[in-house]
Amino acid sequence: MEHIRTPKVENVRLVDRISSKKAALGTLYLTATHVIFVENAPDTRKETWILHSQISTIEKQATTATGCPLLIRCKNFQLLQLIIPQERDCHDVYLSLVRLARPVKYEELYCFSFNPKLDKEEREQGWMLIDLGEEYRRMGLPNNYWQLSDVNRDYRVCDSYPTDLYVPRSATAHIIVGSSKFRSRRRFPALSYYYRENHASICRSSQPLSGFSARCLEDEQMLQAIRKANPGSDFIYVVDTRPKLNAMANRAAGKGYENEDNYSNIKFQFIGIENIHVMRNSLQKMLEVCELKSPSMSDFLWGLENSGWLRHIKAILDAGIFIAKAVSEEGASVLVHCSDGWDRTAQVCSVASLLLDPHYRTLKGFMVLIEKDWISFGHKFNHRYGNLDGDPKEISPVIDQFIECVWQLMEQFPCAFEFNERFLIHIQHHIYSCQFGNFLCNSQKERQELKIQERTHSSWAHLWKNRADYLNPLFRADHSQTRGALRLPTAPCSFTHKFWSGMYNRFEKGLQPRQSVTDYLMAVKEESQQLEEELAALGERLEKIQKVQLNRTEVKSNKQCEPSKHSGFSTSDNSTANTPQDYSGNVKSFPSRSPSQGDEDSALILTQDNLKSSDPDLSANSDQESGVEDLSCRSPSGGERAPSEDSGKDRDSDEAVFLTA
Amino acid sequence: MEFSELIRTGQAQAELLRGPEAPPLRGTLCVTGHHLLLSPGPQATPDLWLLLLRSVDSIEKRVAGDSGTITLRCKDLRVLQLDIEGVEATLNIARSIEGLRLGDAWHFHPPERYYKRVARETNAWRLSEANEDFSLCPSYPRAVIVPRAVDDDALARSARFRQGGRFPVLSYHHAPSRTVLLRSSQPLTGPQKRRCAEDEALLRAVLAGSRPGARGFIVDTRSAQTAKQARMTGGGTEAKAAYLGWKRLHRPLERGRPLQESFVHLVEACGDLEQSMDHWLSRLAGCRWLAHVKEALSTACLAAQGMEREGACILVHGAEGTDSTLLVTSLAQLILDPSSRTMAGFQELVEREWIQAGHPFQLRCAHSAFSHAHPKHEAPTFLLFLDCVWQLGRQFPLSLEFGEGMLLALFDHAYASPFGTFLCNSEQERCLCEVRTRTHSLWSGLNQLKEQRKLRNPLYVPNPLALWPSVEPQSLRLWQGLFLRWTRPPEPSEAAWEKVWQIVTDQEKTEGSQPTVSASEPQL
Repeated sequence: MEHIRTPKVENVRLVDRISSKKAALGTLYLTATHVIFVENAPDTRKETWILHSQISTIEKQATTATGCPLLIRCKNFQLLQLIIPQERDCHDVYLSLVRLARPVKYEELYCFSFNPKLDKEEREQGWMLIDLGEEYRRMGLPNNYWQLSDVNRDYRVCDSYPTDLYVPRSATAHIIVGSSKFRSRRRFPALSYYYRENHASICRSSQPLSGFSARCLEDEQMLQAIRKANPGSDFIYVVDTRPKLNAMANRAAGKGYENEDNYSNIKFQFIGIENIHVMRNSLQKMLEVCELKSPSMSDFLWGLENSGWLRHIKAILDAGIFIAKAVSEEGASVLVHCSDGWDRTAQVCSVASLLLDPHYRTLKGFMVLIEKDWISFGHKFNHRYGNLDGDPKEISPVIDQFIECVWQLMEQFPCAFEFNERFLIHIQHHIYSCQFGNFLCNSQKERQELKIQERTHSSWAHLWKNRADYLNPLFRADHSQTRGALRLPTAPCSFTHKFWSGMYNRFEKGLQPRQSVTDYLMAVKEESQQLEEELAALGERLEKIQKVQLNRTEVKSNKQCEPSKHSGFSTSDNSTANTPQDYSGNVKSFPSRSPSQGDEDSALILTQDNLKSSDPDLSANSDQESGVEDLSCRSPSGGERAPSEDSGKDRDSDEAVFLTA
Repeated sequence: MEFSELIRTGQAQAELLRGPEAPPLRGTLCVTGHHLLLSPGPQATPDLWLLLLRSVDSIEKRVAGDSGTITLRCKDLRVLQLDIEGVEATLNIARSIEGLRLGDAWHFHPPERYYKRVARETNAWRLSEANEDFSLCPSYPRAVIVPRAVDDDALARSARFRQGGRFPVLSYHHAPSRTVLLRSSQPLTGPQKRRCAEDEALLRAVLAGSRPGARGFIVDTRSAQTAKQARMTGGGTEAKAAYLGWKRLHRPLERGRPLQESFVHLVEACGDLEQSMDHWLSRLAGCRWLAHVKEALSTACLAAQGMEREGACILVHGAEGTDSTLLVTSLAQLILDPSSRTMAGFQELVEREWIQAGHPFQLRCAHSAFSHAHPKHEAPTFLLFLDCVWQLGRQFPLSLEFGEGMLLALFDHAYASPFGTFLCNSEQERCLCEVRTRTHSLWSGLNQLKEQRKLRNPLYVPNPLALWPSVEPQSLRLWQGLFLRWTRPPEPSEAAWEKVWQIVTDQEKTEGSQPTVSASEPQL
């Protein structure tokens, strides 16, 4: 609280960037956790809540006649432009936010104060929802080839790895420790995914410290052990996800990549995914394109191409596809690494697993996948997503890219995923929100030291509780295309990669489709389910009535039976008699059926209620009302100009322009 | 199709001669949707005489004095003669039989049909048959809707002042705002800045017949410069001083060869599977196709906005008024008019605003994107329209009754079709070629039940509001269903489509089965 210089500023304007609607006048509040803007309009009192942890940059712009503009860019791609009347207030807000958005201690983060009013037991259960031990058992482990190793007990070998790791049975502790000494940050090869159909596996590690000529017997034995753990293949792929040039440069620093001559039966492959700095700049460039004011089609497409973003997304997907094919079609095991093995390696391993195993395409399975390949294997959430004040050069949208890869696959395979786009967006939101403990810190070790599980709540439990919102109505678990490995086209072509406006322009509702197929179909499904239940209930009731009637006739001959039978009937009768009423009530409030539904700009606001349930947005409401675009303001010749008469002097001069009344 | 609209005169007094042996039958002659009925007077036999119209093989009419004779030769080789009182009654009945006996959706008569709707909403407009013989405008249909205050002579003068005789006619009446959408071709002002009093009066009459105090906007689909240059070749644009109450807006839309080239380049780019991600987007930008989509949609939105939001009347034209003009008027209707978003309404829109309105399909769609022939008149204007409709459908997935399948079918048929609907360049040519009698209509083909699953949008919920799409680049996408139709595997989207249908029909089934159970409730 001591960082808040001014808790409240009145007469602040919130500028709507897309529509030409007038800026909303309201009051700005700064709290310990949020920036809140409350509109003055008495009928709506619309609220906009921004978590401090979501704030990416704050920019003070040149003062104008109307006031001092403050531009807040958020990590979830929300962009807020506030105009504060007094320069002094603006400066105070600016300084407060600069400090509030950059906490220096974990304890300052929202998750340590967030209280969803769950008791201790519920909270603990929430943390147990995703169980990696269970996940490895699901893969069919341990088995004859793989075993759980305790070599990293108390993080003795590698402090960024989890304690529980699967390694080949033939890899002794001596081999593992020897290999770890030959790998960056001691991240030795360990199992990421085991494909039980053909015993092939995906393993991950960091780069070897090979320099120009160094060798390590144990490391070579380690790779040998991985190969032997797959009797179906006589070689393994070693995939270095970096561009060759980067890997070669590392050799000069005593790092590098595997020399095929030193390792028996490996096939070495570079994939060429750029490093975190390139990715950070690429995102930056793409967001600049998104922010362009009424860009032309070619401005946008050129800008998008120059950002390179979709090229990077494709590179990650292609790497995942390469590995998935090596595993499923060639039956070969793959060892994946990059430099430290916690960014590109995590991306690629998780994409490949997702392609191979339909379980990861379910709601729960997807949480498991992130828990396994990202959280437990020491992806540096704190550094990458800037939860605590730190080196800005460490920040990079690594998991955002993975999430987008999943979306691109969802677009190509609309029936293959149990979850929908909203699920991905909410996960992205929570990675940055620091509202839950899952995505805190840089490693499992740090989280344990911080006692995250005792002091915070799990976002998985929260997402799971609201899973109804995240279901994809088109999911077909039984379909031939969605069972087993996803069948990708032999030549993955570039055209299928699209700009994800649902993510990067998600707060600009005017740019999104105005009606949601997902929500409509879910509502239809829900309604048919209700009808079916009702049908079943009515059927039951009918049966009972018939029985009663039967009984009544029996009663005439056997009076003793009557009381008990009758009371049984009347209770069940009461319960079913209510259903039709519920149903008709439901029909009235059927969300997407009535086009007169209000045009609620819900995703822009985090209302109080919403905040309690901690949803990142309310986009669940389908927006049936067709929005009105103010076209005059975006048509090339602009709408601000006054109408001019036909004089023929200037080629534009006899062009009339609509005046907005 | 509604048969009732083909019946011009329902009843007449007539005598039926059924050959030398049978006695003549006198009574009231009636034309219904499928039959010809003769109801004898009370003195005669009470039996009703009935003839199935489909069985008529040929029809011949003759008039003499104040009565007429119709000879019907039937498919079963019967020859029947009808003597009818009244010349007009004879002609009308003959025409009705003619229309109905084919039993095909050919006889849509969109201008007439649409006029019925307009007439219910306002009486400021009339149906003119001034172009009955295509002499005013060879590319217009026989009947057009014009301001009631303007007589046929004035139309003829206005026609002479417009390129190709395309004088301003009604395209759409927006009842809620009491404004209209008109289309025409460019005025032939020429370098001398000629004027035409009738043409000016026509547009004045439009404003007078609209909402009181309504303004007018002329949306010229050329740039101001191009429009001005057109004067050198006899064309031009409306001078502000001459058309009181009307203002001009220029919204240049691509047409002709550049548009065809854009299409060719896009198809080329989409066929290049080796394309790397590095250059795909700039190549897509270089094709400019999506830019054309954006411009077409924004212009249509502007026209629609002018009507709905500003209460203004809109006249759209470019040069010839047969391409980008139709693109704008048809899209504006789709945006504003909920009834044009239904299966039947959309077909009518295409029939009325493209086929009847004289879009030269034969010239424009002679070759598609792969032809090596040097393009002369080819231009994918209609495809651009379909793409814009697709974008609208993507942004409002519940608001169109037809699905992507319908748009693909229209694209396919416009370029090559076993049906006659898209044949020829105008109504006149279709009449000369006897397209109606010698070919089948695409609409009846599409409306067959087995096609419906492919064509319909199972998610459709009628939406009474205007659909205002976003025209920002982020919101417009490449129409993969068309441009990548043969290059991407169809299975995933087919599986999704099946699932959508399954969910929707499941619900209908459950809904349908409910009453039977509820019906058994009264047994209580």
